[in-house]
Amino acid sequence: MDKRKELIVSAIENGTVIDHIPADKVFEVIKILGLEHSKNSVYFGTNLDSKKYGKKGIIKISEKYFEPEDINKIALVAPTASLIEIKDFEVVKKQSIEIPNHIESFVKCFNPNCVTNKESVPTKFKVVKEEGKIKLKCHYCEKYTRQNNIEFI
Amino acid sequence: MSISLKDRSLISIYDYTPEEICHILDIAEDFENNRLQNLLNGRVIASLFFEPSTRTRLSFETAIQLLGGNVIGFSSTAGTSLSKGESLKDTIMMVSSYADLIVMRNPVDGSARYASEVSKVPIINAGDGANQHPTQCLLDLYSIRKTQGTLENLEITMVGDLKYGRTVHSLVQAMCNFKAKFNFVSPVELKMPSTVIQYIKDAGLEYTEYTELNDVIPHSDIIYMTRVQRERFPDPLEYEKVKNSYILRNEMLENSKPNCRILHPLPRVNEIHTDVDENPKAYYFQQAQNGLFVRQALIAAILGLK
Repeated sequence: MDKRKELIVSAIENGTVIDHIPADKVFEVIKILGLEHSKNSVYFGTNLDSKKYGKKGIIKISEKYFEPEDINKIALVAPTASLIEIKDFEVVKKQSIEIPNHIESFVKCFNPNCVTNKESVPTKFKVVKEEGKIKLKCHYCEKYTRQNNIEFI
Repeated sequence: MSISLKDRSLISIYDYTPEEICHILDIAEDFENNRLQNLLNGRVIASLFFEPSTRTRLSFETAIQLLGGNVIGFSSTAGTSLSKGESLKDTIMMVSSYADLIVMRNPVDGSARYASEVSKVPIINAGDGANQHPTQCLLDLYSIRKTQGTLENLEITMVGDLKYGRTVHSLVQAMCNFKAKFNFVSPVELKMPSTVIQYIKDAGLEYTEYTELNDVIPHSDIIYMTRVQRERFPDPLEYEKVKNSYILRNEMLENSKPNCRILHPLPRVNEIHTDVDENPKAYYFQQAQNGLFVRQALIAAILGLK
């Protein structure tokens, strides 16, 4: 029998591949990056076999390169992900995602009595890494938002 | 190097280094010896209390008047443009164009930090919701230093609601700068939060948790009492079980150290029996008075007058 060897998710000519996304976080990454509203071609796959992680997800976006702020957003839900930039079907840049020390404006503070939830104030957090997990310390109310409570604005 | 706090807001006790804290306490001592000093010479200080407060507001406003300044502001939002829906930002921007300094209490967590970012003049946080109350912390530190002669190497016992009491959290973190040893006495439901405990561990200091008050009295330098509130207990029966365990009575102080002093941020309900009031170790009323000197010191330092 013919063993077909081809890419499960199509190759792209120019754009970005986000690889090694935890399998259950693919849809979250799509949402965070606003890809459901993107005019670019977007391909994704999930529960794909991965040597490193068992199962993984992957997203490919044509003709799109990301700003550091977008990369930071991904880091909060998919810290294992790697970012690959493609030009003319060739990998031109590959980088793993790093959790930033500070994040601004795109995560909601978990404290309902925080000024950022009461007035029109952009959020600011210090990222605290603790035993492999992260929590966000609000610049304003000084309360912590834990990883499982992170909600994107 | 000389220390200057000119034009700097005080939002959280962590905004000040231990040296800056001691600098404020030194100035406060000067005001305790001579409280009438006309340094403000008619300057205007705004006192914006978005929620009611007795001690803090009166002590700030007294401090301003003793310094020769004028007070503008409000003691509740009723009748102000806030009740018409004005944003905090607009209120602060407006007031900061009138006053030289703003003292603010607001029920929203983080509101003081935000105000300091939009204001043209410095802000002193007089309490932002459940978050910070740094002038209370400074007056606690002043009271501790005054009664013990030092802030270093003291054994501090905190009693009551250690989970929700913002004053105890700030005080623990401030005292971590001065190598304190901590005892925490509380019902299990109201234990010191893990974030504060972590802070002590990171500072390499010792702490012990107790559920009984009697055990720790003989070796405490400071006993800091707080109120255990009924509404903090999901089960009223649990409150009934513990409510009398955290009441300090005069006879319990029999074996306390000679230098031991009892502190309380006030208002007290019943957690310190009135028979303690006559004991020379009771210090809570002087503690409240010290708030005046500390607030005079802060206003003078932030306006660059001391």
